Amino acid sequence: MIKKIAGKIIGLIVILLILSFFVFLLLYLAPGDPAEKRLTSQGIVITKEVLQAEQERLGLLKPFFVRYGEWLLGVIRGDFGLSFKDDRPVAAKLAAGLQNTCILAMASLVFSLLISYPLALLSAMRKDRIADHIIKVFSFIGNSLPNFLISVLLMYFFCIKLNLFPVIADGSLKGLFLPMLSLSIPMISRFTRQMRSEMILQLSEDYVTGMRLRGVKERYIAVNIIRNSLGHVITIIGLQIGTLMAGSVVIETIFRWPGIGKLVMDSITSRDYPVIMGFVLVMGTIYVVINRLTDLCYHLLDPRVRT
Amino acid sequence: MKTRSKKTRRQLLIRIGIAAAIAMLLIVVVVFAGAFAPNDPYQTNAAFIRKPPCAEYPLGTDNLGRCVLSRVIYGGRTTIAATFFLVAVSFVIGTVIGILCGLFGGIVDRFLMRIADVTLAFPQMVIALAVAGILGGGLGGALIALGITMWVSFARLARSHTLSIKNEPYIQTALLAGKSTGYIVLRHILPNTMAPILTNALTQIGMTMIGISGLSFLGLGVVPPTAEWGSMINEARAYIQIAPWAVLAPAVATIITIIVFNYLGDAVMDYRDL
Repeated sequence: MIKKIAGKIIGLIVILLILSFFVFLLLYLAPGDPAEKRLTSQGIVITKEVLQAEQERLGLLKPFFVRYGEWLLGVIRGDFGLSFKDDRPVAAKLAAGLQNTCILAMASLVFSLLISYPLALLSAMRKDRIADHIIKVFSFIGNSLPNFLISVLLMYFFCIKLNLFPVIADGSLKGLFLPMLSLSIPMISRFTRQMRSEMILQLSEDYVTGMRLRGVKERYIAVNIIRNSLGHVITIIGLQIGTLMAGSVVIETIFRWPGIGKLVMDSITSRDYPVIMGFVLVMGTIYVVINRLTDLCYHLLDPRVRT
Repeated sequence: MKTRSKKTRRQLLIRIGIAAAIAMLLIVVVVFAGAFAPNDPYQTNAAFIRKPPCAEYPLGTDNLGRCVLSRVIYGGRTTIAATFFLVAVSFVIGTVIGILCGLFGGIVDRFLMRIADVTLAFPQMVIALAVAGILGGGLGGALIALGITMWVSFARLARSHTLSIKNEPYIQTALLAGKSTGYIVLRHILPNTMAPILTNALTQIGMTMIGISGLSFLGLGVVPPTAEWGSMINEARAYIQIAPWAVLAPAVATIITIIVFNYLGDAVMDYRDL
């Protein structure tokens, strides 16, 4: 077991190294010279001497791998460099954004689970009845809606037509609701679909047939189904992390929620490369680590997979 | 039991037929956009700015007095063509890599599958965002950004199906009969792996469409004034209070198209699972 975990950790480190290399390569291949970009974004007039001095200062004249090594060492120490725009450390900017994004993502995750779990149970217990069909149709439609469309439509109906919520999410609880809902709708649909099929699988197990034969009430069968499908929740959350990240970028931009997604969109507009790189690195790392952790949890929770 | 499966089989075929018919209709409309669009999608008209739907402009006009319906039709051409192009390219590249890996194995196979694993280990949209953001706007950047990860599912499917039929007697027979590898691939392996890979292509269409219009919405895909649903929604969102039709029309078009293609993909998948 220990050997296996050690292997997994080494695998994780390799993947993260590849990610960091990819990110650095991306910046290296980016059109334009970072020194020039930096100077123009600060509104400094470029002369040959100024440019050369800036290139020297940023270490751009060193060979590729030396630069990669220095950059990587900095990243490991938590130093993501300085933002082109205002010379503030990228790490601080990212941390501030990440905090708000986590609030949004967690709220949506909890909300989605609270809604989709009972729906999936209802759908599975009443398979092929009216309730099941309705839930299936809605979860299918919800799954087909892009995040940006949901946000724009929700904003139109709730903020402009009904004037119930502020257009700009200001970090308050009321401002959180619409971004959370936009992020949740596709997620609820996916959770419901996946939970439903898992529960239907559980319902066809022998223990359910046994309980039915013994005349156990459906209510108690439902309790067992809930308990036995809980492990599956971790897997389906793990599957949604990527969607959650992509969705939060779009939604934060639309609702002006001060998260990491809005930060990266602003940085893309102003070509602030260190922030973009930091974003990919942080999100990629979170994604990889969460995926490995769900994998591990799955192994620990379900003895059958532990072979 | 047998009659029941026969019935669901027929039901599924009807579902597939209806979805395919609507999908074909959508494709025909956007391919022959010129015949269906009532006005020129790029013709601005200062006298008709943000006009509600009327006889001349069935879905109203936008901020620059352009016909929204015509822009939706032409925009569909951009979105759908880009999606099909991207899926087709990933399909071809992925299938070729997958079949070659499955057939020959060895170090190249291990290397390519390792790359596939690594690609899958990262969040697709985050990578796409960074690539599109750094390459700068433009449809090309968006397609590259989404394509980096898209070939993987095709390659894996093609590889696993090739592996599973590689040792079948008919292929061994063909080998013993002295047929060339190229002949075996074209005559036996391709036809036998096509069905699952095509199904996968079908299910990827909806996701790809969401990706392309999403990137365009963020200003990282199609650049205005080219009509595209995502960028149209983004443009018109600023004046949604005055002219909601300019947002709602492309929004409804996007929703319908994605639902139709997702439905088609699901139905075909169900049919194959029977």
